[in-house]
Amino acid sequence: MITVNGKQIPWESPVSVADYLEANGYKRNRIAVEINYEIVPKSQYETTFLQDNDVMEVVSFVGGG
Amino acid sequence: MEQKKDTLILGGHEFTSRFILGSGKFSLDLVKACIEKAEAQIITLALRRANEGGLANILDYIPDHVTLLPNTSGARNAEEAVRIARLSREVGCGDFVKLEVIHDSKYLLPDNYETIKATEILAKEGFVVLPYMYPDLNAARDLVNAGASAIMPLGAPIGSNKGLCTKEFIQILIDEIDLPIIVDAGIGRPSQACEAMEMGAAAVMANTAIATAGDVAVMAEAFKKAIEAGRSAYLSGLGRTIDRGASASSPLTGFLQSASQEG
Repeated sequence: MITVNGKQIPWESPVSVADYLEANGYKRNRIAVEINYEIVPKSQYETTFLQDNDVMEVVSFVGGG
Repeated sequence: MEQKKDTLILGGHEFTSRFILGSGKFSLDLVKACIEKAEAQIITLALRRANEGGLANILDYIPDHVTLLPNTSGARNAEEAVRIARLSREVGCGDFVKLEVIHDSKYLLPDNYETIKATEILAKEGFVVLPYMYPDLNAARDLVNAGASAIMPLGAPIGSNKGLCTKEFIQILIDEIDLPIIVDAGIGRPSQACEAMEMGAAAVMANTAIATAGDVAVMAEAFKKAIEAGRSAYLSGLGRTIDRGASASSPLTGFLQSASQEG
């Protein structure tokens, strides 16, 4: 299992951050990604792979004061 | 002689607008209209978990020339604020951060101590840090030393629309602190924004006052005009007051006389 934004998701094999984001409809120029509390720079989305038990956060901007 | 342009400088960036617009509690299509009517050059945002599936994003509604000022809302201590600020920068929209650290859920008052700690860390990492704070002179001095680019004291509790409840203490900051003082939170009416600017505030930030107005775009414009009027008044120097009595505005000579007085 991996955890993405607090939701548990089945994990079968390592998948790159880039592939995960694309498969789930996230736009990379609108988000930031953290895995296990470490920021993943956009330049490393292709070379960073999600492993079993990883905790990922995908964040973006919303309205706020 | 050419008049020098009156600009607000934050972290080396120059702005001609002194109205920082909050983007909370708006529908997305109103955000754009408000930016236009407000002629705002800086807009605040919040960072949250993203939705899957490419739903409309607020960035699609903000013109490119507008500087984004992500806040650290949700942070309850310095560590959480630093985490949110770093993630915000990673989205790729600049180095500005409106630092807010709040763990009081009733009044939403900022924790000055944690804010100072986070300011120090983020300023060293190259952020343009605009800390939201309770107007305390000692804390403001610590924020200056920690590397803040401006100080954002609250006028009243967030979202309360109660105005300049902390007026006297904001004035102390304006008089004693050598950074732009931006009044943030609690400003409910254009007249209150104008008053803050007359006092010498460098800018005013407003969100709820506009988002909860009858016609939000018209209110955004009203705030813009009030802030400009207050700035002009401050630059001009306010006229003096008289505690007792009066001082005629019209000449005290050359009055018409009645027929009986003319004799």
